[in-house]
Amino acid sequence: MVASESMTIAYANYWVFVVLMLIGLYAVIAKKNLTKRVIGLNILQTAVILFYISIGVKQKATIPIIVHGHEASHAAIDASGYINPLPHVLMLTAIVVAVATLGVALALIIKIYQQYGTLEEDEILEKCRKANEQI
Amino acid sequence: MKASASIVVVILGAVLIFCSFGFPPWGDPESAASRHVSPYYIEKSIDDTSVPNIVTAVLADYRGYDTMFETIVIFTAGIACIFLLRTRTRRRTDTRLYRHISTGITLRIEKGGKFPADSVDFERIDSVWVPYDLIVKTTCRLIVPFIQLFALYVIAHGHHSPGGGFQGGVILGAAMLLIAVAFDLRSAKRRLSEKTAAFLGTLGVVIYAGTGILCVLLDANYLDYSALAPLLGVDPITARSHGILIVEIGVGIAVMAVMVMLYYNISSAGRQDEGL
Repeated sequence: MVASESMTIAYANYWVFVVLMLIGLYAVIAKKNLTKRVIGLNILQTAVILFYISIGVKQKATIPIIVHGHEASHAAIDASGYINPLPHVLMLTAIVVAVATLGVALALIIKIYQQYGTLEEDEILEKCRKANEQI
Repeated sequence: MKASASIVVVILGAVLIFCSFGFPPWGDPESAASRHVSPYYIEKSIDDTSVPNIVTAVLADYRGYDTMFETIVIFTAGIACIFLLRTRTRRRTDTRLYRHISTGITLRIEKGGKFPADSVDFERIDSVWVPYDLIVKTTCRLIVPFIQLFALYVIAHGHHSPGGGFQGGVILGAAMLLIAVAFDLRSAKRRLSEKTAAFLGTLGVVIYAGTGILCVLLDANYLDYSALAPLLGVDPITARSHGILIVEIGVGIAVMAVMVMLYYNISSAGRQDEGL
């Protein structure tokens, strides 16, 4: 019982990210509406970002900002006292890039809507097929 | 389609959950990710750069190349959005709606007639009618300067507290979007025009890349800010701290401009006459 409980605590966060990622993946595969697919991609991306952040966690450690005072010489810094800053750096840029790429995706969706008058993928394919037959 | 998608998703989920047992447990200080380079960053960053916030030091100094190209990716996304959407064609029905502010009567004017722009009694409104909302407009007018001030704090204080160019830039952009949402797109464009936004986006990238080129001209490696010490009049370690601040300002300007460019184009489908 104790073993399974500690195991749940140790791995439950990964399971949450797996579930979140699968929700996104399901939306990308199963949904026909392009906007919903973009939302699914973003959910998937959020799962990956949370996964990276959770890798950086260390127990009994604080945020990666070194305690310091003015003109005070700092004591030797122990790496186990601060959480891993590297995943934070990588995800910091990834979040902003995600917003920018979401903007490009929405711009493409607007163009598709202007061209075809719909965002349902099967209707778009139908219109493409008809246009090809006429040629 | 839905059934096959469910099967794929469930199988993948089972595989991933099975694989998760190979990962280090949550919060393990001895995990592989925490043993390679991150101890060096934690122990040495304040000696190398005199920046207490390790995330800022790694972002702009140790991994300066990465961050520079991330900035360029964001800038490219803004440019791509302009190329995809921006059109000069007007709406086919060239009608304008004006509202008499004190009575709320809406006038519809066709065939290009318009009121003088400095008219205080009338305001132009979007073709989708919106009510005149004094509370929303006044609140936004009051709150926007404080949001911008906070954004500048986040950028400038990124060395000592959580913050930096990306976060501050997004907050600055959000303040601009708040104006665009609370008033209309034209009011936002009067304050920060499309051309200014494009110029600022370029300026931010040029500040970042130019700092690197300056380092090369001062006989050091690209983005090695310690070479800036003679220019700034400080010792090389403090120069790295100041160099980080300079590139963070560049990142902040670029991110703010790109957020604004994206909003202007997406909200009006590239016409930039009427927003949401």
